[in-house]
Amino acid sequence: MHWQVVFPLLLFLIIIFGIGIWANKHIRSSDSFLQEYFLGGREMGGFILAMTMIATYGSASSFIGGPGVAYTKGLGWVLLAMAQLPAGYFVLMILGKKFAIIARRYQAITLIDFLRERYKSHVIVILSAISIIVFLFSAMMAQWVGGARLIESLTGLNYTTALFIFAISVLVYVIIGGFRAVALTDTVQGSIMVIGTVILLIGTIVAGGGIDNIMASLVAENPNFVSPFGAEGDLTPLYVSTFWILIGVGVVGLPQIAVRAMSYKDSKSMHQAIIIGTIAIGTIMFGMHLIGVLARPVLPGIDIGDKVMPLLTLKVLPPFLAGIVLAAPMAATMSTVNALLMLVSSTVVKDIYLHYMKPKASNAEIKRASFVVTTVIGLAVIVFALNPPDLLVWLNLFAFGGLEAVFIWTVILGLYWKKANKYGAIASMISGMSLYITIDRFYPSVFGMHTVTIPIVASFFIFVIVSLATSHKFKDEQLMI
Amino acid sequence: MKDQRFKIAHREALIGIGLVIINFAIWFGFAYGLGAGDPADYSYVFGFPAWFFYSCIAGTGFMILLIWIVMKLFFKEVPFDDEEEGR
Repeated sequence: MHWQVVFPLLLFLIIIFGIGIWANKHIRSSDSFLQEYFLGGREMGGFILAMTMIATYGSASSFIGGPGVAYTKGLGWVLLAMAQLPAGYFVLMILGKKFAIIARRYQAITLIDFLRERYKSHVIVILSAISIIVFLFSAMMAQWVGGARLIESLTGLNYTTALFIFAISVLVYVIIGGFRAVALTDTVQGSIMVIGTVILLIGTIVAGGGIDNIMASLVAENPNFVSPFGAEGDLTPLYVSTFWILIGVGVVGLPQIAVRAMSYKDSKSMHQAIIIGTIAIGTIMFGMHLIGVLARPVLPGIDIGDKVMPLLTLKVLPPFLAGIVLAAPMAATMSTVNALLMLVSSTVVKDIYLHYMKPKASNAEIKRASFVVTTVIGLAVIVFALNPPDLLVWLNLFAFGGLEAVFIWTVILGLYWKKANKYGAIASMISGMSLYITIDRFYPSVFGMHTVTIPIVASFFIFVIVSLATSHKFKDEQLMI
Repeated sequence: MKDQRFKIAHREALIGIGLVIINFAIWFGFAYGLGAGDPADYSYVFGFPAWFFYSCIAGTGFMILLIWIVMKLFFKEVPFDDEEEGR
């Protein structure tokens, strides 16, 4: 392995550590530890907000798994990936100002704080906490494995060593720096993701002798590579369209994304973040997936999809630039993992420990609990990741869709519909989750749609029907929405 | 108690839904409208198949421009903290 490739990666890690240490100073000097540690003091500006949203959303699958699938399916997979554009603007517009105002009114620090105040139901709190912990823990493990595999393939270290290097670097800055460190490192990581994508896209087009040339080779191999239906013709319009729910509008229901929509400073930040975030997510998703397709003539005959992006980078770019570009998937993985770790930890500390086990904990106890819980969860993920499962993309999508089905209506209808009540929410959460698991296990792509479609549609109707049927119990309730 | 800020927030959420519908229509219309035929007969724009260029490249550029215009024209700045708490 070239030292010139490893050097930018090391530099990247050092910058990230520096940010963690700097953020820790804020935590020491803050008078509201919880709000500072788990929400960065609600001080994010537009650029940081945009970057932390897209970096949390963009994961190893955007940089490694996704381009690998695009390599085997062709331009149809780039089309599918573009369903992610709404993640840049839709989430902030929908949760938007209302969520920011209400979260402040309720003094909510976690998403569950908001749900507790809105629905006044322990069942909802417990259901939410369990879903966040179970689903995001598994998502974290998949990302951890992805990060370790990446370091393994770049440096030639064995998997276990690579895992520890990756895990320790993330754990240190998250544990000492909290949400502020996560958001700031996300800004660095998000920028690397955008820059790396652009460099690699240009490098690949040049190496392939121009777009015309590459397209001609693709058509010569199999004309379906340039059709919207995929190399095997298996990407039907209906199937691809349902991805708009999974990776586009449904992203509103992801707690790690939603919590960011209550952590920014003012409405100007939100307006800037919508524009910057859309441009950034458009660049990354379009660029990386197109790169996967263009890689085919440049680097033919790769059997394992996950190897396309790293091998391509090393082939088409000079070593130093390759190091910068390969920092992008590392950054994507880290910035997703750190958000998940923060969220799982805040759920355990704020929503379970502080609310049910020790409501009168002193500031020092809360601090100690936060550090300990974050550390223990982080170490637990390492233990599980030592014996890793395969199929990165699909594992990641599973934790994705399940959570969306649980939270999307509970959050959105809770914000915008006065008649939404706890019975409707509980029915919708349970049915969303159980339908998702049932369909995923027994009837994948039922009616030619992605698994997530039916659970999200059905849980909406269940929510509305149950809320209306029980509305007489809530006649006198005063809501602050 | 009717919070005026919520009126703005509700309108902006509706705009968000409108934008997604426009985005989906452009994406779907160009991709499957222009790309449905035999790949051998595709016309090309800047080296890309026409369906891909209009759906994924021009369509994305148009959405970014549209979002920028919408933010400048229709999105209002409001304070987030409740006045009575005086933070």
